[in-house]
Amino acid sequence: MTGMDEPLDPEVAEQRASAVANSERIAVAICLKMLGAGAILILFGLVLALSFLSPYFLSPRNLGNILAQTAVICVVAMGQHLVILTKGIDLSVGSNLALASVLGALSFHAGASTLTVVTVMVAAGAAVGAVNGLFYVYGRLPHPFIITLATLSIARGIALQLADGRAIPGMPPAIRSLGQEAFAGLPGSVFVVAGVAGLMFVLTQSTVWGRWMYAVGGRVDAAVRMGIPVSAVLVSTYLISGTCAGIGAVLLAGRTDAGSPLFGSLLELDTIAAVIIGGASFLGGRGHIGHALIGAIMIGVIRNALNLMNVGVFYQLIVIGVVIVVAVEADVLRNHLESRMRVLRTETGP
Amino acid sequence: MTQHQLAAHPQHPVLSVRGACKRFGSVVALDDVSIDVDRGEILALLGDNGAGKSTLIKCISGVHRLDAGEVVIDGAANVLRSPADARSAGIETVYQDLALFDNLTPAQNFFAGREIAGPKWLPRAMRFLNKRRMDEQTRSLIQSLNVSLPHLNAVVALMSGGQRQAIAVARSAVFARKVVILDEPTAALGLRESRKVLDLIGALRDRGNAIILITHNMEHVTELAGRAVVLRQGRKVGELVPTHGNKQELVSMIVGA
Repeated sequence: MTGMDEPLDPEVAEQRASAVANSERIAVAICLKMLGAGAILILFGLVLALSFLSPYFLSPRNLGNILAQTAVICVVAMGQHLVILTKGIDLSVGSNLALASVLGALSFHAGASTLTVVTVMVAAGAAVGAVNGLFYVYGRLPHPFIITLATLSIARGIALQLADGRAIPGMPPAIRSLGQEAFAGLPGSVFVVAGVAGLMFVLTQSTVWGRWMYAVGGRVDAAVRMGIPVSAVLVSTYLISGTCAGIGAVLLAGRTDAGSPLFGSLLELDTIAAVIIGGASFLGGRGHIGHALIGAIMIGVIRNALNLMNVGVFYQLIVIGVVIVVAVEADVLRNHLESRMRVLRTETGP
Repeated sequence: MTQHQLAAHPQHPVLSVRGACKRFGSVVALDDVSIDVDRGEILALLGDNGAGKSTLIKCISGVHRLDAGEVVIDGAANVLRSPADARSAGIETVYQDLALFDNLTPAQNFFAGREIAGPKWLPRAMRFLNKRRMDEQTRSLIQSLNVSLPHLNAVVALMSGGQRQAIAVARSAVFARKVVILDEPTAALGLRESRKVLDLIGALRDRGNAIILITHNMEHVTELAGRAVVLRQGRKVGELVPTHGNKQELVSMIVGA
């Protein structure tokens, strides 16, 4: 390496520059791959670390607890994921779940059958979701934040009014056992989560509708120009998110044997956090159902771990908040790396 | 799906715009503009900024509706209410902003809004994507257009400017049956990448499409276009066959000097 001071032959200089750009390209590509797999790696590391820190962590009973406690977040987060996929946000899921559970409990006390109670809860959730979607799209609201913030307040208010501010105990035995009992060694709610996840996976990955959701989330104006029914796609995501909140109401009501207007407070935070922590993009168009599930389980694991280590519930809020910021920053970093990658590809050719 | 239409009405220009007028409030964007394009022809649409080029192509591609005048496709007057209308009439547009979905792969971009899916008895939106056929068609199209896309499974966000432009142009080739409109397809590209896109436009023409090309690059106009139409302040001010000899004449028509 003696020739560094001498003027370089332009051709050699170009070769060197392109070699540097090439190695940077490889580095950027590796970083992008790691960011893509980040959530599952962190979850794996977390579980590994916890199994050393606490002897109870890996016990079947504790794992079963985590799954049962996380089931509601899992189901609702999958709905939230579709909304976030299309660049939206659904703040009303927690209140929606509370209202659905109260309506379910009231209908049970009015003598409705198990099937009717379930239908009431799921339909109530779907109805609130439909209101969100229709007002957002056809009310031409600038951002879904506004309408879902309004229904967050309205649904909670209706639930408190209907239930007179108190929990209404009593659920049909079938719903109770779904929320409390184990089947084949797994909490019943796990099967509901798996069923919803399967349906959502097929919808988002295999159907035309699912592809349209990704397109709308990627770029709305292009979706319009490609003839995709953008309004209907947007409304459907809020409808599905509400439906998931209704299903979450069935699970939570079953677990607690009650309907309560106080259910689901801060559930919007948990589900949005789950989607983001899991690795879906807050900027829309990126991510899949698995991300929502991984994120939800990660939140469950973190909570459980902090409980096992006797860390107070106040700290848990702080930890979850910090994790959200880290996850969103990772998303920002990924976008930055991707544009860097594009520049490098332009400079050095394909 | 294209063969029988190729043979229909050979006597008509495939696209003709007659007496197009469009105003936005008090601004007259288009004032009695008429153009014709034939199959296998590249028509350059020239003009300074604000001359009405973009308005004209937006009217042809269904984004705007004409206040007066008509768009005649294969001899039949069409009312284009939406971009979807224009697409189903066989008109494809490559927008200046490309209108690509950064989060989707090239194949997914090609078929966005027109996915190959089945079974037929399901409502269209609920059908299952036939990903393999869409990938196959994408691959064979990319081969036949001689586009180099080494990362077919990567999302478009990761691709270079030239590759993205090529994808947008190739997408129009998937479905174009009559007319392809290109709005400044090389404006953001370097020399080498421009070259590739120009070759691609030539390939689109050779497949029998009528091409409307908006560009500011006179070299490209003289090289590719069979005819050039010049707009100024919403009016058509000239139409000629561009050659190296009359480049200066074209430029003065554009600037109105």
